[in-house]
Amino acid sequence: MMFMRSFVFFLGVLAAFALGWIGIVGMPDLMLATVKPPADLKRYTGEQLYGRNVYIREGCLYCHSQQVRAVGFGADQARFWGRPSVPADYLYDKPHLLGTMRTGPDLFNIAARQPSEGWHVLHLYNPRLVMKGSLMPPYPWLFDEKVTAGPGEKALLLPDPPRGRVVVPNADGRALVAYLLSLDHTYPVSQVVAADDTAHTQK
Amino acid sequence: MSGFRTEKQLSPEGVTTAERVNDERRRIGIDASATSPTVLFLASGIAWLVVGSLLGVIASFKLDLPDWLGTYAPLTFGRVRPVHLNTVTYGWISLAGSGMIVWLMGRLCRTEIRWPGLLYASAVLWNTGLLLGSVLVVLGYSGGMEWLEFPLPAAVIIALAFVLFAASMFRTFAARQVEHVYVSLWYILASMTWFPILYVIANAGLYQGVGEAAMNWWYGHNAITVWFTPIGLAGAYYFIPKVIGRPIYSYYLGLLGFWSFALFYNWNGLHHLVGGPLPTWAISVSIVASLMMFVPVLAVAVNHHMTALGHLNIVAYSPTLRFVVFGAMSYTAVSFQGSLEATRSVQEVTHFTHYTIAHAHLGMYAFVTMILFGAIYYILPRIAKWEWPYPHLIKIHFWLSAIGIVAYFGSLTVGGWLQGLAMNTAGVPFIETVALTGPYLWARSISGTLMTVAHCVFAYHFALVIYRAGPKRFAPAWFRKAEEVVAE
Repeated sequence: MMFMRSFVFFLGVLAAFALGWIGIVGMPDLMLATVKPPADLKRYTGEQLYGRNVYIREGCLYCHSQQVRAVGFGADQARFWGRPSVPADYLYDKPHLLGTMRTGPDLFNIAARQPSEGWHVLHLYNPRLVMKGSLMPPYPWLFDEKVTAGPGEKALLLPDPPRGRVVVPNADGRALVAYLLSLDHTYPVSQVVAADDTAHTQK
Repeated sequence: MSGFRTEKQLSPEGVTTAERVNDERRRIGIDASATSPTVLFLASGIAWLVVGSLLGVIASFKLDLPDWLGTYAPLTFGRVRPVHLNTVTYGWISLAGSGMIVWLMGRLCRTEIRWPGLLYASAVLWNTGLLLGSVLVVLGYSGGMEWLEFPLPAAVIIALAFVLFAASMFRTFAARQVEHVYVSLWYILASMTWFPILYVIANAGLYQGVGEAAMNWWYGHNAITVWFTPIGLAGAYYFIPKVIGRPIYSYYLGLLGFWSFALFYNWNGLHHLVGGPLPTWAISVSIVASLMMFVPVLAVAVNHHMTALGHLNIVAYSPTLRFVVFGAMSYTAVSFQGSLEATRSVQEVTHFTHYTIAHAHLGMYAFVTMILFGAIYYILPRIAKWEWPYPHLIKIHFWLSAIGIVAYFGSLTVGGWLQGLAMNTAGVPFIETVALTGPYLWARSISGTLMTVAHCVFAYHFALVIYRAGPKRFAPAWFRKAEEVVAE
């Protein structure tokens, strides 16, 4: 009798857990398994992928989302952050970087909004050089100080450069900028793809 | 008032003194079997609490003073913040919670703790995994998903530690000397079953893209469902009736609360992705499940409230009851808030803002952490054979923690809401949504500092008991009746 009751208890506990897993992870995942990549969605290059790891390493996702909300839900559209994102946009992403915070702005289409490499390097070196009032940390370890810039290196145009030296992005800094400049999802998604996966959020 | 509450069980007539003494001796023996593992888990949990709070304070001040320590990569905001979360949840709450569970298992199964060797191994492995994971994230090897930042080697060690812990608890349960399995045990046994499976699935890397995001937030919310909340509820269900000295108001409400909790809470995760690129139906299911949480939460709230009704004056002198009642009331508050917060209209404003951070701390701190504090104030003197030497330190701890968390919650709730409204107003430049949170973020840093001071006081007091320092007491360390202190 006692054994029977324990058995039923653990069976119920496991069933409750399994149902939730199947329901809100398994089923959406299964549904999305047939989604095809949009024609204009590019795979990451080696450098962009490396830059993506720098993005993860520095924890950019704790302040920046990478998802655009639909028309009528928030002001993402009115802020020109791009068309609503769809599952197909994320097919090559692992780990996903959807994010949950917008202490800083959404970056899903940052390359379309801010395509200047010079702006990005200055911003990473010290965000307050280009954005007064920013809370973003500086990332000086993505840069090297040198006497002169090497071939192919571009020195930062600093208002107050260190005496007799130049600052250039190092491999990590260049890769992170390359990744940020790859974040452009302004290509159209076909009707089929969009209709399939984005019934979301119409109020 | 109720047919379920029977005062008779408490003061059964016809119990002889010999029987009562025998009973007490048995309880002392059971406590003794739990002593070493419990102290090990509690002490390391408190160490992680202090470390984790300091990391939280550093992360918080970095939003006020973004250039502070700005040239030092391991302490950049994006590395310190996840380590704060991991150390306070997998460190403090998990380890202190495990300590509480070991002790409760002995008491509720009325038998000695079995396989204690596994518990020592578990504590050592768990702390190793935490240390390894924290160092790796700070050095830049984060896994990249919230709540799952620890890289695989650290996650494997922690999973193993949990399995060893659960094995000892199941073995103890199998050897139980009671017919009746109390409510607290249901939550403990369920979490022992759920959490290892959840943690292994989440770290197995089964998903990609949006499917992985669904898994991430199923995990993120389920860690709360299957581990952190059961710790808090097991504690509340045990200590409220225990300190007040009457049985829980209703066994049936407990039953309803538990099973509706198990059914609905497992479906909540996707409310973290409202507005995101997932199928609407899946997110809607999570929103509905979040609203259904009113059922288990009301069942628990009524049960606890009716148990304490008319005896709440005990919080004036019992530290345990004061902390636990604060926690139990916060559970109701955070759950009601969570249900409403999951709806689309609230999410539209709060989704990407500090409002969410406030909510998370209401759950993990005002609810679970406060109950753990109360539990430790009860358990430690019984296993260390030494009372808390200074009741005024407990008082300082309580008020710093209570004022700290209320100010923390208040400031980020208001600041986050305003941030969300501004963000949804297209004409407001984005940088203004940042600027307007400034004073609220400062208020949060100060509240967080108060809480950290409280934790240092608590850790110091804990160490005094372990080392049997301070005045020797022959009566419980209540807030009043301090004249019973006998100096040696």
